[in-house]
Amino acid sequence: MTARRRRLYWVLGILAGVGIAGALALRAFEQNVMFYFDPSKIAAGEVHTGQRFRLGGMVEKGSVLRTPGSLEVRFVVTDFRHSVPVHYDKVLPDLFREGAGVVAHGRLDERGNFIADEVLAKHDEKYMPPEVARSLQQAAASNAASGDAALATGAASRATGTAAAPALAQEPR
Amino acid sequence: MVVELGHYALILALLLAAAQAFFGLAGAALGRERWLAAAPSAAGGQFVFLALASAVLVNAFVQDDFSVRYVAENSNAALPLFYRVTAFWGAHEGSLLLWIVVLGGWTMAVVARLRYLPAAFGARVIGVLGLISFGFLLFTLCTSDPFARLLPAVPDGNDLNPVLQDFAFAVHPPILYTGYVGFAVSFAFACAAMIEGRRDQLWARWMRPWTVIAWAFLAWGIALGSWWAYYELGWGGFWFWDPVENASFMPWLVGTALIHSIAVTERRGLFKSWTLLLAVAAFSLSLLGTFLVRSGVLVSVHSFAADPRRGVFILVFLIIMIGGALGLYAWRAPGMRSPAGFEILSREAFLLFNNLLLVISAAVVFGGTMAPLIADTLGLGTLSVGPPYFNPSFLVPILPLLSLLALGIHARWRRGALRESRRPLLLTLGLSLVLAMALALGVYAHPMPLTPIGATLGCWIILSSLYDPLDRLRRGLRVPAPLLGMSVAHIGVGLFVLGITFVKSNSIELDVALKSGQSAQLGAYSFRYEGVENIEGPNYDGVRGSVSVSRGGRLVTVLRPEKRRYWVQGTVQTTAAIAPALSRDLLAALGEDVGDGAYSLRLQYRPLIRFIWLGALIMAIGGVIAVIGRRQRASALSGATQAMGLPAGAAAQSPGSRS
Repeated sequence: MTARRRRLYWVLGILAGVGIAGALALRAFEQNVMFYFDPSKIAAGEVHTGQRFRLGGMVEKGSVLRTPGSLEVRFVVTDFRHSVPVHYDKVLPDLFREGAGVVAHGRLDERGNFIADEVLAKHDEKYMPPEVARSLQQAAASNAASGDAALATGAASRATGTAAAPALAQEPR
Repeated sequence: MVVELGHYALILALLLAAAQAFFGLAGAALGRERWLAAAPSAAGGQFVFLALASAVLVNAFVQDDFSVRYVAENSNAALPLFYRVTAFWGAHEGSLLLWIVVLGGWTMAVVARLRYLPAAFGARVIGVLGLISFGFLLFTLCTSDPFARLLPAVPDGNDLNPVLQDFAFAVHPPILYTGYVGFAVSFAFACAAMIEGRRDQLWARWMRPWTVIAWAFLAWGIALGSWWAYYELGWGGFWFWDPVENASFMPWLVGTALIHSIAVTERRGLFKSWTLLLAVAAFSLSLLGTFLVRSGVLVSVHSFAADPRRGVFILVFLIIMIGGALGLYAWRAPGMRSPAGFEILSREAFLLFNNLLLVISAAVVFGGTMAPLIADTLGLGTLSVGPPYFNPSFLVPILPLLSLLALGIHARWRRGALRESRRPLLLTLGLSLVLAMALALGVYAHPMPLTPIGATLGCWIILSSLYDPLDRLRRGLRVPAPLLGMSVAHIGVGLFVLGITFVKSNSIELDVALKSGQSAQLGAYSFRYEGVENIEGPNYDGVRGSVSVSRGGRLVTVLRPEKRRYWVQGTVQTTAAIAPALSRDLLAALGEDVGDGAYSLRLQYRPLIRFIWLGALIMAIGGVIAVIGRRQRASALSGATQAMGLPAGAAAQSPGSRS
């Protein structure tokens, strides 16, 4: 085997290796990437049943229901236009509370309940997940268009207020 | 008035950084000796003003000067003194200043060892470092001034984020930054070599110790961050493939490729242009990491408030630095071909594969980290990429890498004579197979498909690393420090692999609601919830639970997890209780009162999890041993140890040192 030939085999082998690694990574990527949907998009039927995705919105005030003495909890996630009931049976994060932003991972069941396997609320109280803030603003805009002004301004101020207000503008506690 | 002093100090540092860059680069280009001499002086002056600015900021925190916006947002009169000092790097502006100060520290270290470099080359290195410092200082002054006033002043500050009020956090950012920013030195050496169009490989020898030390700090810093996330974020995870974790991990992967590639360049004169490219890539990824974290484009625990101006500035800076370096590369690299060759199955070939696989793994991480950003920019929807992508994709390049590592340790330079090493190869492989089966089937039952593979690879790497040093000792030979350092670092890799393997296959996690007196069983361990009591700390109150863990009827430990409510921000913070041991960790975290007298709890058993951080620490120690040993061997080399603050005695005591 000449040196030149050997080098050719080397390069071909390396290219094949890189190709296989790339193909496998792409496949893993395709299968495991998670999309984000808000309640309005779910209501519009954009989600397939069984598809795992991220749901974002606000935890509706007064919606958190526990089965006493167990981990089971139900709450409603809303973007002030549409809402989705959520079921969860693990420990909730520290920053989870009614009226605050939340992101949950899971699937829809056939009755339209969101079965969450992970609930995230970020570590900073000022923080609102940007996609949630965007959802709330969009919902507020379309509410305003449909004449529901009071609700719209409420949702909008909540979205911008929590997402962008500088720390010191917050009320003293 | 003192605070304005800090601001002026930063402006002066900016001017001196410009002078440093100009005198260094122009002096070397025009051959003016006076200018060459001025560059280090400018660097020294810059460092003095950076130190002054830092002192002013620390003072503002200690004195509770809430007329400074940054202090008011990140501190509080009730905050303990220690955290008032570490709040320095608790948010964007201060951590940027820390970045610059660390760069100043590295520059001073280079200045201290300048006499071992040719004058023009050294001046160019200092000049490039000045250029980087100038960019970051300009960024700080234009968009993120830590000394900006808040008028009227507020009576009390907004407090430091509670998850940051912790010892590991106090040390994690400085150490991580030391690693991150250290690649700036490798970058500067690479740029200097390219500007001069050097055809020799001396620059690789000069660059090597700096790169290894930066790499070691980065390994240590990442491990500390992972350890901190594990116990402080409260839920027992140690790696989340969070964008910011990835941002520090990518330069580390490329840096690992770099330290192996430099070895080949220094010793055999091969891979020259590849080494240069890796040096540019490692620092570019550090810069990109800074961009990702600081611009707020990515969502994570670490991202601070989003400000589009910051993003645009860093992007422009990134394009200038990386574009400039790549332009230099395109111009100079073709002149650096090397005539030397090597055979398949020689050590060079194994190191080539090491580099290839490490770069692929970095690319896998890069793809997953950038995909959400790209999809969002192109309007393809909001998506997220998590462990289900990263875990399997990362294994694709890493499993072959680990197998080739165990093989490559036995390979010779230049000649593909693996047959000569057949005895140690088969011996170590056989022994590791036996050990791995004992571990995977005996000690930790219920293995997953990858468990025996991971266990075998971990044992094989450790045994292979031990073989050469032990063989030399047996034959009455010395173990040279570079060999010792390499072996130690590879043993660290092996321990790390064992840790990950068994944590991933044999951990038990359980979320459960328990009334006091009730128990939950995790494998051999029984966790009994005893109840909660109220507690009060310096700036928080809360509840403390008590969970007694027993095994086979014997009490092992009592875990006391806490739920704290910090008064100023009203933040609730879970503080997990962990009973650590080399063989396993037991963890309990307190959820909340779920009614009916029950509390929700998260309970975990994680075998060998300490091996993950221990492995990373040992890798870093291996790097340091190799550098110190080289310095001993030839003090004329441009080592980094003295400048890095290691006592001279440490070098003298290093085992296996040569005279």
